[in-house]
Amino acid sequence: MTGRDLDPTLKRLLGSNEPEIGCDECFAQLDRYAELELAGAPADDLVPGLRAHLVGCPACAEEHESLRALLELDSVS
Amino acid sequence: MDDTNEGVSAITLENWVDELAVGSEDAVARLHGLLLRAARFEVFRRRGSLPQLSAVELDELAQDAADDAAVSVLRRLEDFRGESSFRTWAYKFALLEAAVKVRRRAWRDREVTLEPEHWESLAHTGPGPDDDAENGELLAAVREGIRTALTPRQRQVLVAAVLEGVPIDVLAERLDSNRNALYKLLHDARRRLRAHVAAAGFPEVNE
Repeated sequence: MTGRDLDPTLKRLLGSNEPEIGCDECFAQLDRYAELELAGAPADDLVPGLRAHLVGCPACAEEHESLRALLELDSVS
Repeated sequence: MDDTNEGVSAITLENWVDELAVGSEDAVARLHGLLLRAARFEVFRRRGSLPQLSAVELDELAQDAADDAAVSVLRRLEDFRGESSFRTWAYKFALLEAAVKVRRRAWRDREVTLEPEHWESLAHTGPGPDDDAENGELLAAVREGIRTALTPRQRQVLVAAVLEGVPIDVLAERLDSNRNALYKLLHDARRRLRAHVAAAGFPEVNE
């Protein structure tokens, strides 16, 4: 059995073994991370552990999506 | 108050932050405009979870979020080190406040079930009737791990957050905690659960 075979609920229960930062650190780094992403820079290398946190934390993931969407809106307006 | 991008970009970053630091009313008003724009953006994105609220009530929620975000930004101004633009840095405070308010409002009248037995229904959320024997064994190992490897508090939070779908901010409010502390608890619970399941014959969950 491989990770991709796991039921989504089991995946959310078990989480990932990847190193990840916590919610406070995610918030502290989120602005820099989003700007790096939108600039095409290697955000995951430059802010290690944030991507893994977004996978495990739906609330932080929603706020990351919103920040990216807002910045993208700004860039075209 | 000027909440347009043009108004914001007319202030240089250095001047704006400096003016905020000395309490300039104009700078604070411009900050509030920026935060209100972000808060309205977030509330609009999440409005589907609040079908009972009118447009006026949704805007009041955004106004409250912008007010709280302004307080946070001004309190933490010294934390801004220029690693992003000030606008991006400020946005995240408004998005956080708005998102938390929307989640809590959406769950305000909903009961949060913290029944430790709820995870027993996990079998019914599995891959379905075509489960092979290995999936069945994995589910049994997970159920056993939830029952025996976690502390009561870890079990309560894991079940509520993952199986009940309770937002972490709602859980934090009900449990008199905060998002960071609850996520750490959730993270530790997942690590314990993976260790238990790996020891039960599924080492790949810990790879």
